[in-house]
Order: sequence, then structure tokens, then C-alpha cells
Amino acid sequence: MSSPASTPSRRRGKRGRGSNPSTPQDARSPPSQKRRADDSTSTGDLQPLPTSPPADVQSPGAADALFSSPPQFRHSAIPLDFDISSPLTYGTPSSRVEGTPRSGVRGTPVRQRPDLGSARKARQVDLHSDGLAEDIVATDQSLGQKLVIWGTDVNVASCKEKFQRFLQRFIDPLDKEDEDIGLDLNEPRYMQRLQEINMVGEPFLNVNCDHLRSFDENLYRQLICYPQEVIPTFDMAANEIFFDRYPDSILEHQIQVRPYNALKTRNMRNLNPEDIDQLITISGMVIRSSQLIPEMQEAFFKCQVCSFTTRVEIDRGRIAEPSVCKNCNTTHSMALIHNRSMFSDKQMIKLQESPEDMPAGQTPHTVVLFAHNDLVDKVQPGDRVNVTGIYRAVPIRVNPRVSSVKSVYKTHIDVIHYRKTDSKRLHGVDEETEQKMFTEERVKILKELSKKADIYERLSLALAPSIYEHEDIKKGILLQLFGGSRKDFTNTGRGNFRAEINILLCGDPGTSKSQLLQYVYNLVPRGQYTSGKGSSAVGLTAYVMKDPETRQLVLQTGALVLSDNGICCIDEFDKMNESTRSVLHEVMEQQTLSIAKAGIICQLNARTSILAAANPIESQWNPKKTTIENIQLPHTLLSRFDLIFLMLDPRDEAYDRRLARHLVSLYYQSEEKMEEEYVDMAILRDYIAYARCYVNPRISEEASQALIEAYVDMRKIGSGRGMVSAYPRQLESLIRLAEAHAKVRFSDKVETIDVEEAKRLHREALKQSATDPRTGIVDISILTTGMSATARKRKEELAQALRKLIQSKGKTPSLKYQQLFDDLRAQSDTAVTKEMFEEALRALADDDFLTVTGKTVRLL
Amino acid sequence: MPCVGDWLNNPLSIVRGFFAQNAPNSDWEKKVTEYFKEKLKENNATNWVPSLNDIPVHYLKPNSLVKFRCMIQDMFDPELYMGVYETVDSNTSARVLHFGKYRDVAECGPQQEIDLNSSQTVTLERQTFYCVPVPGESAWSVVLNHRFHAYISASQARVSPSTSYTPSRHKRSYEEDEDMDLHPSKQKEQHMGNSSGGDIHGCVEPKRLETEAPAGHHLISPNCSPPLDLNFPLPGEKGPACLVKVYESWESFKVNDVLEVYGILSVDPVLSIVNSEERDSSALDPMECMDTVEEQRVHSPPASLVPRIHVILAQKLQHINPLLPACLKEEESKTCEFVSNFMSELSPVRAELLGFLTHALLGDSLAAEYLILHLISTVYARRDVLPLGKFAVNLSGCPRNSIFTEHVYRIIQQLVPASHRLQMTVESMNQSRFIPHKDYTANRLVSGVLQLASNTSLVVDETQLEQGQLDTTGVRNVTALGNLITWQKVDYDFNYHRMEFPCNINVLITSEGRSLLPSDCQVHLQPQIMPPNMEEYMSSLLTAVLPSMLNKFRIYLSLLRLLDYSISDEVTKAVEEDFVEMRKNDPESITADDLHKTLLVARFLSLSAGQTTLSRERWLRAKQLEALRKARLRQQQSVNGNEL
Repeated sequence: MSSPASTPSRRRGKRGRGSNPSTPQDARSPPSQKRRADDSTSTGDLQPLPTSPPADVQSPGAADALFSSPPQFRHSAIPLDFDISSPLTYGTPSSRVEGTPRSGVRGTPVRQRPDLGSARKARQVDLHSDGLAEDIVATDQSLGQKLVIWGTDVNVASCKEKFQRFLQRFIDPLDKEDEDIGLDLNEPRYMQRLQEINMVGEPFLNVNCDHLRSFDENLYRQLICYPQEVIPTFDMAANEIFFDRYPDSILEHQIQVRPYNALKTRNMRNLNPEDIDQLITISGMVIRSSQLIPEMQEAFFKCQVCSFTTRVEIDRGRIAEPSVCKNCNTTHSMALIHNRSMFSDKQMIKLQESPEDMPAGQTPHTVVLFAHNDLVDKVQPGDRVNVTGIYRAVPIRVNPRVSSVKSVYKTHIDVIHYRKTDSKRLHGVDEETEQKMFTEERVKILKELSKKADIYERLSLALAPSIYEHEDIKKGILLQLFGGSRKDFTNTGRGNFRAEINILLCGDPGTSKSQLLQYVYNLVPRGQYTSGKGSSAVGLTAYVMKDPETRQLVLQTGALVLSDNGICCIDEFDKMNESTRSVLHEVMEQQTLSIAKAGIICQLNARTSILAAANPIESQWNPKKTTIENIQLPHTLLSRFDLIFLMLDPRDEAYDRRLARHLVSLYYQSEEKMEEEYVDMAILRDYIAYARCYVNPRISEEASQALIEAYVDMRKIGSGRGMVSAYPRQLESLIRLAEAHAKVRFSDKVETIDVEEAKRLHREALKQSATDPRTGIVDISILTTGMSATARKRKEELAQALRKLIQSKGKTPSLKYQQLFDDLRAQSDTAVTKEMFEEALRALADDDFLTVTGKTVRLL
Repeated sequence: MPCVGDWLNNPLSIVRGFFAQNAPNSDWEKKVTEYFKEKLKENNATNWVPSLNDIPVHYLKPNSLVKFRCMIQDMFDPELYMGVYETVDSNTSARVLHFGKYRDVAECGPQQEIDLNSSQTVTLERQTFYCVPVPGESAWSVVLNHRFHAYISASQARVSPSTSYTPSRHKRSYEEDEDMDLHPSKQKEQHMGNSSGGDIHGCVEPKRLETEAPAGHHLISPNCSPPLDLNFPLPGEKGPACLVKVYESWESFKVNDVLEVYGILSVDPVLSIVNSEERDSSALDPMECMDTVEEQRVHSPPASLVPRIHVILAQKLQHINPLLPACLKEEESKTCEFVSNFMSELSPVRAELLGFLTHALLGDSLAAEYLILHLISTVYARRDVLPLGKFAVNLSGCPRNSIFTEHVYRIIQQLVPASHRLQMTVESMNQSRFIPHKDYTANRLVSGVLQLASNTSLVVDETQLEQGQLDTTGVRNVTALGNLITWQKVDYDFNYHRMEFPCNINVLITSEGRSLLPSDCQVHLQPQIMPPNMEEYMSSLLTAVLPSMLNKFRIYLSLLRLLDYSISDEVTKAVEEDFVEMRKNDPESITADDLHKTLLVARFLSLSAGQTTLSRERWLRAKQLEALRKARLRQQQSVNGNEL
């Protein structure tokens, strides 16, 4: 078995890594096995196996020599490689034979895995009668390959072999993940990962369990059920491959395999006793993290009398202090030497269910996580994470003085892998996967639904059914919910094109605008609702806060950033103050938010659609005025809305009648009946989420022609009368709307019908909002310049008239203001107000024709 | 088999019996619940079970069967426990199986030891709810519930609440308020206000409490850790809080649900001991640093303060009116009989109630009519975000700074089973906690005034409000109150996100002019009489009503809330016509909103007369009422000129 030779070879390995070819069949210690050994020792009170030395092996002795170098020696030589103490023979003879140790493997120190190892405490629980492997018993030495870990069906050798095969062969060209940047999907994925490890030097190999599952169902099952046994085997396998390939690689410690995305449990609420000691993945939000806790792994004792030293390993959270010195037999002479003891980092984290997973009306559940070593401080309170780890239950300790025990267990999860779900938001990767899983049946239902001819109408009816009619508005909002396709023109210098559709609703009070906003806010997962009156620029954007505990500056995000990839509903848009509104300019076109505050300068993504509602300034909509005049919003902001709808109270009998019927039915129908009638809210929500994730329509040839025509037509309407009725921004809106409509149909192509609908909706909205009340003609310049073309024309005419008037007066250097005004009024056939007169003067002053000083007008 | 008294006094012995009979398979659990269900069905059996609501914990026998009427204030994480475990005798090494259900502590004899690694161990899951008595429960409801217990009259328990038990409880909350707040003086003031509000409950003598409490405080504080916040939603509340352990179908319960639970009372002192010992001895054990001290205090408080109940049977209550059968939905002959009996004498009761309320509202019968409608309103459905059936009334024109509003509240309190009066002042808005929020250090939901059970009457008194500056908390509180009225939901603050909890609270706002809070309808009070001595007038009003009549009022209001309602097609047509007609005549002033309101009024008007369908007459009457109300408002406007 092992040989004293191992010691020199180890040392060589350490000092001259790789220079020395491995001692072949150095049966004793491929550290990979020792590592394995560590893990299994940690599994608690091992019954002394034939091969295992007593617990205090550390003391020099014959038994020790069998397995490893003397501890002191080892300690000085390889400080990291602690805990060789436990011998363990968990590696079966066969694996020893196979696990051809390479110098690389041996040269790299092993790092203990407390994430698996704290099992030693869990051992005591033993929830299931036969539990998981407590000890590993080589059932029959001669059988070699047939050995399994006791209590499981895991055969170390075959498990390792399978996993190696998985690493070497697994290819899935279709599966794309956001971490995969720079990977060749047609090559074995994990071999590339290993290469990456070689280059980067981060000795962690993340393995997607889903891949493993598709590769070998049985291995996956073993991993889920016996993570504590299987993961070390994986480590071993990975290290062998790695050092086989890159024998010269220098790593901090050996590669640790970190599986993630185990499908066992998704939701905290589904955790149940059966999951104990299994590998699970749950998602949630970090709400609290503790300080770093140094956990003693191994205590170092020194005899006060003879300076004899010994090490004691922690066992179930306790250190058994040696009462007698082995060397000089003095009692109570051993003292703990702190700075020679071994500690590992540990952190307690509280994870709370994510709000989406919570059933209505219940409070969120929390679960305790323990992170070890380098996973400590990887997450901050507020982060959304997916955690993969082993679920543990520990009994509340037996009190020595009271015979009774609390019959309750404490549960926690030992973290193996974190995956932040919202970190993606920071990369601008267009991947709103949302971790949303659709079951196959669900997808089928949704697809079937999408095939229906009237799906667009159907969905728009399902939207806020309690709000009566306003069908076009609902359709507009529906398209907003779907959004356009995201396009990237960064290369050509224009950056991202906005895919989000912004909508403004304005109209009489009491036309259920707020209700519509509330509905949308409740429908979308990342919706935010604010009221213009109550929000400040800071509340919308982000602010810097000093965390009271850590004294750290923290960036707190406001509504706009929070609704990234969602919809920000802003009620009482008109009541918002100027400075607050100004932040919206950037958000609504560039979809970013720049912050420069308290030394933090950054640009956050705010790819949010804005659904705003505004009341007219005179509380009632004045049909004699333009939209701008009615709501008094700057036109620069207005032009950023794709659709502006007026919600007016139509005064017509048929409408009233239908409205009355609708309302009456609301007041007596039972809840069940209501639900039958419409597509239910959950379906609608899934439908939208699915479309947003998976449908990304592109414009077809005909559609682009149709769009061009539509745009040209729009330009033409106005050009006849010297007005412009469309700008490129309108074309962009049309494209977005058409794309959104194609998304509704789950179509990958934007077709002519989509363009038709986009045109229609756009025209409807324009008709309502951009009609010049004086002429009754749709005039887009109302929205783009804040003034209708006729008004502008009239202004110019007046200025010209004034100029003529002044010129007709001959060569007078200056004129009286009041007199000029009176003259102009007398001359003009329409009423000229003082404002109009002043405006005309200003226009002439701009032309350098005259200047106005006080009450006199000077010609230049 | 156990004898009759056993299931009351020693239910665990019965459970043990079932367990012994069917040990290994899990049938025994079902049998236990069935057994108790049967037992409780026997005539009046439920009344023999002592209730934690009336009897202080220390008068109850540990491990006996108790019941508790409560609201779920918070839900803790589910816990895993040893469902079945095995003990080994250290001398004889005989192995015995035990059950862990319905217990906090795994029991074993002096010579025995629990074998944690036994193959027989079964791990199960249970859920813990933190429950408090229904907030704002009216005194009459408590007393009447109380009266049902034969048990009480026999024991001296009845006397005790007012002597030893209540003051101590009160003192605790007193101290803690101080603890929580940085401005003890202000807090104290507020507290005074609260407890004088609490005296309306009728069973506490506030003066004595005020004098006694500080004294007790000084005695205890030196050697005692700061007292526990029992986390009642309303300030000045008292009564036991309880950790209710639920074993079955806990998913069906929601926060703020009102429950009646039957279960085994567990006050084992070990529960607290284990705690403190653990903390001392476990410096090295990393497992113990899992919970902060605060969290431990909250999640495992001393059992003497917060007893545990292991639930055998739990049922959601539709209402907490003790005068009504507990469950009206069930098609029991007894219930039907009760309802039909009452319905037959409905109209005189209504007339009496109207008269009574008219007097209370100083002779204003219109306002009284609206008050009835308000009191029987309830959210019966939600159409996407829109709650249907809420009817928040703003009673404007209340005389300022008089005790009128207080007395109106007193009368409402006499009529409804749960109510709360919220005095709006700038200070109270700025200082009190309306929205429940999550305290992550202690890992619990810290309650707020707006965490109320369904159908609680919330009387907001705006007459006290002066001009002043609202700070952030104040603005947030007012917004929350507004949201509550408009959407019938409260957004609980979970620090990193908010969560919406739907609620069903009847809000009545008393104000001088139009309230700053939204409301569904504003009724301007027009007093017909101005009694010189308001105090005397109002108190005489209450004493003049016969208790039997008062009970009828109470039944009336609770019962009508639960009735179904429909509108026939003909009436729908008629309403349609009507609406179109009205719009034709006056398109400016009749909007969809008005139709909403009129339909609501019609609904409650029909229900208040015991009719479950809308008739043409009721519709006209509703319109008439609305017209009257509006005329009054217009008149008021023209008087003031500057309103609206």
C-alpha cells in the first residue's frame, strides 16, 4: 500500500513541481485521494477501519508512517496540505491503481472542502434509517471494481470514469449560456473550461447539472442523492484530467468541482425532509450576511512541560482537549496555541424566498446558508442568487443536564455554488431569461393560443377586463408589454436602439387611467409604480447611501433602474417637477441612466418602458387646445412617447348603454364566472414572458417595403400643406410597434399585417393627440416642436407684417413701443394680443432688424 | 380507552394510545384528528374547551386541550422535527418508539437516551405561525365569547384578568415601547393617549395601570433582559400572543387570517432553559451563531409569555361575532333555521337600528342610512386590481374638537366585533407605524396599525388634525392609508421589496370638511339637534338600548355581510336605460364613477333589507339617496364657496 517513499516524493513534488516525474504507482498518496480522505473523515466518527490509524495519528508513530509523512514535517513543508491525518481508504484499491498520480496533481496542495465536510455534524442526524454513507467500507477487497460506498450505490471507480468521459466528451452546441463567451460550442465544453483554469488559475470547475443529466442520467442521480460522496470523486477525476493535460500548471490548490443548476428543488417552499443531505438548487434573495467566522479546523496543542505538540481535529464542532500529555504523561499540561491552529473561513447568510415565488398572502420563508472559504463575501444583502448546495438538518443539541431534547432540527444549506441572477443586468447582454421555466405543457398551451387568428384581440381583451372599452389603448399597452426587438448598432456608432415602447395616457380625471396603470404594474414581474407627485429625481434614479452597519457607500437604485426590462408606471406625470422629469429624457431614448454622486460615477441600464398618465392642466380636457397646451409638458419629452392616447369620456348613448351593462355585471357576477370569460391573468403573464424570451422577430422584405411606404405616406400628408407630419422618430416607433405585434403572434418575421396594425394604431394615437384643434388636421409638429404648423405660420406672418409696418414708416431710428403696437393692431384684420406682438418683435430682433430697450424700439 | 375528561385534560395520552396501536404506519395521525373532530362535535363540547383568549396562561393546565381565537400575524419558517424517534435505555438497552408530534420536547425517561441515528427515526415538517388575538376586538365580543364557557364561571379565572394578569402584561408593552423609541417622552404621551383609547374596551382601569406600571418596571429592570415585544398590530393591545404549530395544510392559511384553533397547550419551561443554556455553552459550536440574539428572542420566547399551541384542528373563521354560528356556509339545519328566523324579523331590526343611528348622528337620518350601508359593506370580489364592494364613507361636517367623533366610534364599537379608532394628528402620523415591515435582524414581521383582520372597522378621525409638517414616515403613512382605502391593500415593507397584502377593512372617516383621504362617498352631516351636553346625550343613548336589541343589531350587521347578491336581467336593462337617460340630461355631472357608486349603494340597500336581488324600487331608492347626498354636498359647497 503506501510507502515511506511517498514522503520524499511529496516534497520533491512540492519544491520542484513537475520537474520530477511521478513515482509511478506511488500508491500512497495522490493527494486527490487524500483529499477524498479528508472529506470522508469529516463525515464523522469513522469506525476504525483496518487501514485507518487512530484519531490522533498525528503523533509520530508507526501507523502514521504507513500513510503519510509525519505531520510536523509535512506541516512545515506543505502548510496548506493539512489534515492528512485521516487515512481513509476510501479510495478503493482499484481507484488507486487507476488514478495514476501525476506529479502535477501531487504537487498541488489540496484544499479542504468544508462545504461538503461540515457533514460531520450532520452525520449525527441520520434522518433516514440507512442514511447516507457513514463509513466507506471496502466490502471486498478482491472484488475491486465492484466496490460501492457504503449506503449508496456509488462505485468510486466507475463514477470517476464516467465523469471523466463527461468532461472529455460533452458537447451541446445548442445550449448557450451567458458565461459562454469565447467558448467554441462544438468542442467539448468542459475541456475548454479546464483550459481556462490553466490560463486563469482559478481552480474551480463549474459544472451544469443539466448537462450532466443529458449526458448520463444515472450519474446525475447519484450526484443529487449523494453529493458528499460523488463530488470528491468528481474532483479527483477533474484533477487527473487537468494535470494530465497541463502537468506544468501551477494552481493555488487542486481543482474543485462545483455543480450548479440541480433541478431537484427550485423553490424554497418545496424544501422538505426528503431533501436532506441532497444536492439542491434554490433561488432567493440574500437578506443578511454575517461577519466572517473563523472556524477552527484543527487545534494545535503544546505541552507546557515538555513542549510536546499535538494536533486535534474538530469533531462535531468541538475540540477534545487532550488531558494528558502523551510524551511526559503530565495531566492538564496541554495549552492551545491559537496561531498554529488551522482555521477556515465561514459565513452565515440568510436567504429569503424571491418575491415572485411567494404565494399571495403569505410571508416569505428564509433559509440559512453557510458559505466557506472563497465563497465567503461573494454575495451581499439584496442580491438575487441561485444557490446550489447540500441541505442539512442538525438536531438542536442535547443538553447534558437535561435529558430531554428539543425535537426540532435546525436546517441550513452548505453552499457549493452561487449564481447571481441579477448580475447579468450589468452586462448589457440581451438575455432576459429571467430563470423562468416553462413546462412543456405550458409552452404547448401558449403555442396553441398563439395560433388563434384573433389572438391579438383576445389578449387585448384580457388586459384589465374591468376597464371598459378603450380598446386601442389596451392594444397599445399590450404591444408595450411585448416590446420590440432589441437591435445593436454599436458598431456603426449609434449604440443600442431602443426596443421599449413608451406610452402616455392623458385625459379627463376619472377615466380609470390609474387603474390601468395599477393593472400593468401588477401584471409584469419587474413593474414599478410611482406617482409623479410623490417621486423625486432621486427616487426615480438612484442614490448613494451609507450603510449604517458597514459604513460602506451603497448605491440604492430607484424605480427606473429597478424596472429595468420591465415597465415603470408613472401616475400624475404632469405633477412631476421639472428636474425629476428631466432625468427621463435620457432614460426614454438612450435607455441608460448616468449617475455622478458622492464619488460614484456610473451608467446604469434602465431599459424600461414608460407608461405614464397625465391629467390636463385645467382638470378637464379642453378640446380647443392642443395636447401640449392641455398637459403642459415639454415637447422634447412628448416626442419620446411612441403612442400618446387621449382617454376622454365619450358622450354617446350607445357607449353609455354598454358601459352601464358592463358595470352592472361587475356588481353581481361571482368571481368564478368572471374568470371563465377571459384569458386568465397567469396565462397572459406567461404568454408575455415567453414571447419576450423566445420570440425575436426580424423585418421581412415586404414588411420593410410597407414600412417605407407608410413613412413616406406620413411625410406626404403634411408636405402638401407645408407641414411635416412625420419624423424619423415616428418611423422608429412604427418599427417597434410592428415588431411587438409580430411578437404577439409568436412570429419570427415581421410581416405586412404587423405593419398595417402598427400604422393603424399609430394613426389612431396621432389622431387623438396631434390634431391641431384650429384646423382639425393631424400635425406631428405639435408633438415635436410644441406648436402646430399653422400657429407657426401665423407667427411668421405677423412678424413680416410688423417689419413692413416699420419699413413703411421711413427712416426713423427709433419708435415708441406702445404706438407701434397700436398701429399694428389697427392695420391687422385679426386680433393681435400683446403676447403675439412681443413675439413678433422678438422674432425681428433675432433677425438683427431691431432691438427693444424699455419702451422704445430701435432700428439697426 | 381513555375516559371523557381525558381528551380535555390530557390529550397527549390519547395520542399516545393511538400511536401505540398503529405505531409504525402513519395512520395514527389521521385517527387522532378524527377522534378529536368527533369529540368536539358532541353537544357543546367546544364550550368545555378552555380558551386562551379569556384565561391567562398560568391558570391553564399544561398539555391540556385549549382553543384560541386569533389572527395570524407572522409566519415563521417551517421546522423539521422528529416525528418518530427511538430511545434507548442506558441500563437495559431496551428500545422504545415515541412520537414527536404535538410536542416541543422529545420526551425520554431519566435512564433513557435518544438514539439520533436510529433507523426508526422519521423526520417531519410543521409550520409555526405567530398569532395574536384579533386586533381591535370589541369588548362585547370578548365578553360574550367568554360567557360561553361553563368552565369560567366555575373557576376564579374570571376575577383574575383584572388583577394580577392584565397589569403585568400591560407593563411589558409599556416598557418596550420605551425601548423601541428614542423619544421616550413623546412615546409616553402617545401611550397615554392609547391607553385612554383602550379604556373603551371596558375592562382595564387605565389610571391604575399608569401608576403601577412604572413601579413594576423599576423593580424588574435591573436583573432582567429587556422585555419582549409581543408585536401586536394596535398599540395598547393586550392578551396572549401564541406560537401556533400547524401540522396540516398550512399552505391554505394566510397572514391576517382569523383562525380558531384547538390544540395542545405547551408551556414547558424547558423551552426557555434550553435556549439560555445553549447560548452559554456553545461558544465553539458554529451552529449556534446561526441566529442572532434578537432572532432567538423572537422565535423562541419564554413559554410563560408566549405559549405554544400544537394544533389538532384549525379552522378559518368568516367572522368573529359570537352571536352567530361559526360557519354559515355549511348547510346545517341549525344554521339555516337561525338565519331564516332572523330574516323574518329583519325589517323591524333595521328600523330600530336606523333610529338608533339617527339619534347617534344627532338626528341625521340620511347619514344614518349611509352608515348602515357602510357597516355591512365588504369586499366580495376583486376584478383584477379593482376591489368590489368596498364602501369607505367620509362623514364630513363633524363638529370640531368635540367628543362627538369619539362617541360615534364608541357606538360603532358596540355594534361590530372588531374596530379601531385612528386619531389623525400630525404627530401620530409622523410617529406611528402603519405599515408592517420586516425586521431582518430578528427575522420577523413587525406589525403596524394597518395589519388588521378582515371586516375590521377602522374609524379615522380627522377632526383632530392640525396644520403641520409631515415627515417621510408621515407621508408614507398617509399614502398607505390612501392605498388601503382605494385599493384595499397594504404594501408591507420587506426592505428590499414590497409585498402587497390584500385586505378588507371598512374605513369611516370623520372630518370637518372634505377629507384629505380618498373615500367612496362623502356624506355631509346635518345635525338636527344639538344636545347641550354631548357626553350625557351619547351615553344615555347606549344605556337606553336593550341589550337584547343591541345583540340583534350585532347579528344584523354581521349576517348581512355574508349574503349573496345578484341582479336580474330586467333590472340590468332598467339600470342601463336609466343611466343613458341621466347622461343625456346632464352629461357633465353623471360619470361612470357615479354609476359605480349608485350600484354600490343599491347593492347594500337591497342587502340591508334582506333582499338578495336588486329590485326596481331599491334602484330608485338608491338613486334618490345619492341625489339627496349630492344635493347636500352642493349646498355645502355653496355655503363655503371654497371647497372642492
